[in-house]
Amino acid sequence: MVPDLTSELLAQPEGVRRPDRRRVVDAAGVKISVAEWGDEQAPALLLAHGGFDFAETLNRFAPMLADGGYRVVSWDQRGHGESAWAHLYSWEADIRDAASVLATLPDEPLPFIGHSKGGSMVMHLANVAPHRVSALVNLDGLPSGNNMPDVSELERTRMQRDEMDRWLAHRRTLSDKQRRPGTVQELAERRGRMNPRLTTEWLQYLVQVGARQEVDGWRWKLDPTMRMGGFGPWRPEWSMLRLPGLGVPMLGVMGLEIEVMGWGSRPSDVEPYLPPGAQFEGLEGVGHFVHIEQPRLVADLILEFLS
Amino acid sequence: MSPLDSESPADSDTIWVRHNRIDLAIHHLTNGSDPTHRPLLLLHGLGERTPDEVPPSVRWPGPVYGLDFTGHGQSTIPVGGGYTSEILVGDVDASLEELGEVTILGRGLGAYIGLLIAAARPQQVMGVVMSDGPGLVGGGIHPGSPSVPFPAPWASNPPDPFALLELARDVRPPDYAQTYVRFVLESSKLEKALMVCAVARPEWLAAVAAEPGVGQGTVDEALQFYAGL
Repeated sequence: MVPDLTSELLAQPEGVRRPDRRRVVDAAGVKISVAEWGDEQAPALLLAHGGFDFAETLNRFAPMLADGGYRVVSWDQRGHGESAWAHLYSWEADIRDAASVLATLPDEPLPFIGHSKGGSMVMHLANVAPHRVSALVNLDGLPSGNNMPDVSELERTRMQRDEMDRWLAHRRTLSDKQRRPGTVQELAERRGRMNPRLTTEWLQYLVQVGARQEVDGWRWKLDPTMRMGGFGPWRPEWSMLRLPGLGVPMLGVMGLEIEVMGWGSRPSDVEPYLPPGAQFEGLEGVGHFVHIEQPRLVADLILEFLS
Repeated sequence: MSPLDSESPADSDTIWVRHNRIDLAIHHLTNGSDPTHRPLLLLHGLGERTPDEVPPSVRWPGPVYGLDFTGHGQSTIPVGGGYTSEILVGDVDASLEELGEVTILGRGLGAYIGLLIAAARPQQVMGVVMSDGPGLVGGGIHPGSPSVPFPAPWASNPPDPFALLELARDVRPPDYAQTYVRFVLESSKLEKALMVCAVARPEWLAAVAAEPGVGQGTVDEALQFYAGL
């Protein structure tokens, strides 16, 4: 018998609104679920979530932008949220999926906004399609080599090897892997370890929109075979060197509290790369999830910037 | 949704191993004159597949196997691309679970993957012979001008057009390659665990060849060196 777990459902945080519309985009065979808020006839903006998040983590922030007069278009990246699990994951594949979503929007320049990995993605996309971007907003998504500033080069090299070992060990365990089931509270607690500054109320809400209730409990919809980290030749400056040549207005917002999911960047790492005239806001007492900790403040910064 | 399963065709000379959602074909080409000898594992170049038989230029006393990388030969073609060299390293690692200790002969892309897996599994990889072949150059030493690659849908047969496109853009900084050479040299029990035999020397491979402890010679010389160990 299926246990009745509905009593676990908790009150919704104030101001949340699930997407007004959902649609599916076929990105070279991978079904990408697009989430939209706001009037369909309003000017569109593109909003990219961070790694291991999903579009509905924007359920409080996105409606504020929509209420500011925009059609907010976000999507679940492959393997995240409502989008399909894929055979393979890579940066290029994520960019291609994003371009597939962009291709469904009116053919005129529009603002690109992204948080964390999503911020880096829209920076890349702005370089790929400068004719499609009118402004760029990066929310705590500017990488630096400062993730571990106190680590020596020798130690860094050893860690590279350890990371390769861990990645391969992970790959050997993947067949038929499933996410661990649990109660809403348990899933929220697990996610809280990576998001320690977010409230319990918010994390429990995320379970209700980002997990699926099954016979033996709740499971995150996130593809269980994905893993943070990995090994490869990527370097932060490859991303940062996309910035100085940006030909549209840019707003960078950075949380100044360093935390586990953040990239450890400081304003002084970022400022040399900013394009002429860029606006940069460092938020004291705010962590990596600037748009979740301070949705009103960040939405107002963006709306004013775009106006 | 459910994982993307695919059926594994039956083939008596083919061993099937699973790497996440991909079924990988390992072709058993010969037992050689000494079936108890350490096997040779062939890693093909970009866009290639394991040959039907051992090429006449490859002299090896023991069994010879060939792995079809993800999206190549008889292995599963993934939907929607997403290839990286690191994924192919995982392919070889899944093969080593089945085959145990091997010597590797890599062509082009397979030579680069051979270097990385030798660093990851120095106790199982008894020498890598790095030879010319498709995909040797990769995508240069840093990313080029960004673009969104959509392959032309020219065919549904392998190799996967996404593999051809994405793995041809795979960035290979020389110092990155050198780091893996050092991992190999630190951990391998062999005097020369890597042999560069390619005539073409893109930056990453020139850097590998310049490292002390890396051997050079013809493919045949390298194979006879490892066969004699």
